[in-house]
Amino acid sequence: MNRVMQMWQAGLSLLLCSNVALADWSALNMRQGVTEISQRVYDLHMLIFYICCAIGVLVFGVMIISMLMHRKSLGVTPATFHEDTRVEVAWTVIPIIILLVMAVPATSTLRDMYESSDSDLDIEVRGYQWKWQYTYLNEDPAEEIQFMSALKTPRNEIQNLEAKGEHYLLDVDNPLVIPINKRIRFLVTSQDTLHAFWVPDFAVKRDAIPGFIHESWAVVEEPGVYRGQCAELCGKDHGFMPIVVHAVEQADYDLWIAEKQAEAKEVFNTVGKTWSKDELMVKGEEVYLQHCAACHQPNGQGIPPAFPSLVGQGIAVGPMSGHIDILLNGQAGTAMQAFGQQLNPAEIAAVITYERNAWGNDMNDMVQPKEINTMMASE
Amino acid sequence: MSAVIEEHHHDGHHHGPDKGIMRWVFTTNHKDIGTLYLWFSFLMFLTGGVLALGIRAELFQPGLQIIQPEIFNQLTTMHGLIMVFGAVMPAFVGLANWLIPMMIGAPDMALPRMNNYSFWILPFAFGMLLSTFFMEGGAPNYGWTFYAPLSTDYAPPSVTFFIFAVHMMGISSIMGSINVVVTILNMRAPGMTLMKMPLFVWTWFITAYLLIAVMPVLAGVVTMMLMDIHFGPAFFNAGGGGDPVLFQHVFWFFGHPEVYIMILPAFGVVSAIIPTFARKRLFGYDSMVYATASIAFLSFIVWAHHMFTVGIPLAGELYFMYATMLIAVPTGVKVFNWVATMWQGAMTFETPMLFAIAFVILFTIGGLSGLMLAIVPADFQYHDTYFVVAHFHYVLVPGSVFSIMAAVYYWIPKWTGNMYDETLGKTHFWLSFIGVNVTFFPQHFIGLAGMPRRIPDYALQFADWNMVSSCGAFLFGFSQLLFLFIVIKCIRGGKKATDQVWEGAHGLEWTIPSPAPYHTFTTPPTSMKEAHG
Repeated sequence: MNRVMQMWQAGLSLLLCSNVALADWSALNMRQGVTEISQRVYDLHMLIFYICCAIGVLVFGVMIISMLMHRKSLGVTPATFHEDTRVEVAWTVIPIIILLVMAVPATSTLRDMYESSDSDLDIEVRGYQWKWQYTYLNEDPAEEIQFMSALKTPRNEIQNLEAKGEHYLLDVDNPLVIPINKRIRFLVTSQDTLHAFWVPDFAVKRDAIPGFIHESWAVVEEPGVYRGQCAELCGKDHGFMPIVVHAVEQADYDLWIAEKQAEAKEVFNTVGKTWSKDELMVKGEEVYLQHCAACHQPNGQGIPPAFPSLVGQGIAVGPMSGHIDILLNGQAGTAMQAFGQQLNPAEIAAVITYERNAWGNDMNDMVQPKEINTMMASE
Repeated sequence: MSAVIEEHHHDGHHHGPDKGIMRWVFTTNHKDIGTLYLWFSFLMFLTGGVLALGIRAELFQPGLQIIQPEIFNQLTTMHGLIMVFGAVMPAFVGLANWLIPMMIGAPDMALPRMNNYSFWILPFAFGMLLSTFFMEGGAPNYGWTFYAPLSTDYAPPSVTFFIFAVHMMGISSIMGSINVVVTILNMRAPGMTLMKMPLFVWTWFITAYLLIAVMPVLAGVVTMMLMDIHFGPAFFNAGGGGDPVLFQHVFWFFGHPEVYIMILPAFGVVSAIIPTFARKRLFGYDSMVYATASIAFLSFIVWAHHMFTVGIPLAGELYFMYATMLIAVPTGVKVFNWVATMWQGAMTFETPMLFAIAFVILFTIGGLSGLMLAIVPADFQYHDTYFVVAHFHYVLVPGSVFSIMAAVYYWIPKWTGNMYDETLGKTHFWLSFIGVNVTFFPQHFIGLAGMPRRIPDYALQFADWNMVSSCGAFLFGFSQLLFLFIVIKCIRGGKKATDQVWEGAHGLEWTIPSPAPYHTFTTPPTSMKEAHG
């Protein structure tokens, strides 16, 4: 099939003499990507594109000739023909044949994309407003690695206060890391509203649908950093939840996994220790800016009524237990998520302490990671 | 002699229009109602256009400059809703009101009072929709496709007003289309058989059936949303046993025929204009009718091609891919027939013809990118990118909107009795033609290169073409003020139009005086020689 497609392409591109021109325009075309599937999708795209160009040249060519030759100003008398069953049949049947030529490679590529043999690594991809959570599934839940991945581009770059970096809007704090030449299965779902997980270089795009899990897969052949974006409108910061995948050699991947597991252990230790209020405030501000500021704004004022202000009103100046409850479990029917599933106990304790003591909120109280941990365990 | 008798008979209050504003409020005259629809749709076109320019202004450069993300989402949503339901659909209903009775030799629409109601619902529906901009939480911000649960659990409180507005638009459309069907089936002049009707009448006849079939589906889906929001049956919430994807299936069962509702009457307009200016009969009239009916039928069985990435099983993806590709066949037949009509004609290129030819070329480009989108593996890369935005704007703007402008230039001498200013008309055409292509052609590239749609800010590699696109949008947008000027100038005066207006025009509407009298065909015409070109 590939050969047929290549022949088609070669023939058509000779016809259109467009190969050279298109090479320069590669930044404006679909990416060829780094998987066998993405390359085939690209070839299919180019095949259809050339066919469409050929049809366009033909139809518009006839129209232009007609517009140049069959003008009243040239003194022509109009012909009187107005029907011909033979040509009607011809321009019904010929397009059907062209469609068949397109359908054959499209069907074979699609079948292969849907092929669902065993995978080497399963990663659950969970969309949140407006970040991604990656879970490396493991038979032993204790060995599972789970982390959030959110936009790293500084707010000042978005607000045009600083020069924009090379990967403006396409950079995250914690990229997804995968080994090359392994079959990775993405199990895509969502925690809140619809999202779509899209990495153009893998030709993977799957809608993330709350309550349902859909799979997609990729075997990446080249190490590298691959960037994508959420591709389904998911609310205010839909444009600000990129996807970054690092594809690395197996050895590097193993190192990364070990590091992640060590990190998890350290988090466990920090939960155990007693934190000073200053430590909580520093950590809290960091967590707040990363996870809360998109809605409640860096100054805590929010964007009422969808995103309420935290300054001098509401949970941040109410009883501690209510504050903790909303943070852990979210608020049904609003954009307020259940952060108990996203943040570790130290982060939760820190951000609660921060919200109660920042922007002029003066509750003068704090909560220890240990206490949060106990509450989370008992739920 | 007969004129004297007519005057004697009708010198009472039935003779002409009432005076003042009440003429427009209570009118049951198809020409008045057509005029109301057309002006209303133009007002909505400008409103939706201003929102679009807001979007393009923000996207002129990377970074957030003038519009914050939450407002941006309101702009994209309201732009889509207003253009689809407020500009394109009412414009075609306006044309139907003006033209169908005159084309089939009927004195008016069959149900004149209902005709009045179906128009006057619209200003209230859109008044309510636009009022959401001033509500707490803002206007709808979930896209014109309003996918659940973003439009239910996560929607601003104004969603309930949005739902009620959609219900009202739906009632208006259903009443309007019942009127079209009843008029065409019952009020054709003697001898005007179905296969003698002008194609504009045919395409509207089929469009009306599509509307009657799918507007209740839209009403159903927004009612399910209303239930989910206020009473919790969880149709679209997996937590309660529902399914968010169910929303998309029901929506697109309405939404895909809706796409053809916005293009079939355009086919009719172009099929009237090209033969006139080519001075040659339309090629393949019968096959044009059958192709239109085939497109309408296919429109009901391809809806899930809008949802290739939701996780439909392989067999489903293949079916929807093949069915969608099939639409290219009848659509191709239409394009080839138009080209064959031009072939060996004796063409002149007045403004309506320019718009009609641009329609054929640019709609075909939109059709070809549609064919590319039908190919599922490639669609995984195109879906929800600017490639899709480029595609549907090519079929809607230089498609539907150009056909509406072509229709206005073509029939306005009949409506007003005056010729429009040809130089200004051509200027308007070229500004629009250049503006539309500069706006939307680059969007193909930025889509292929990976820019998702509905984002207020974008990565740096998309910057150049976004800037070009924004420049084109402002050119296109401001050119439409020239259109307004030309229309007003034509209403106020100009060279007097003859009855036939265009040398090559055929059809009953060209047999009556220009401007068309308030009442036409009070007695049916007897000769069908002029029925279609």
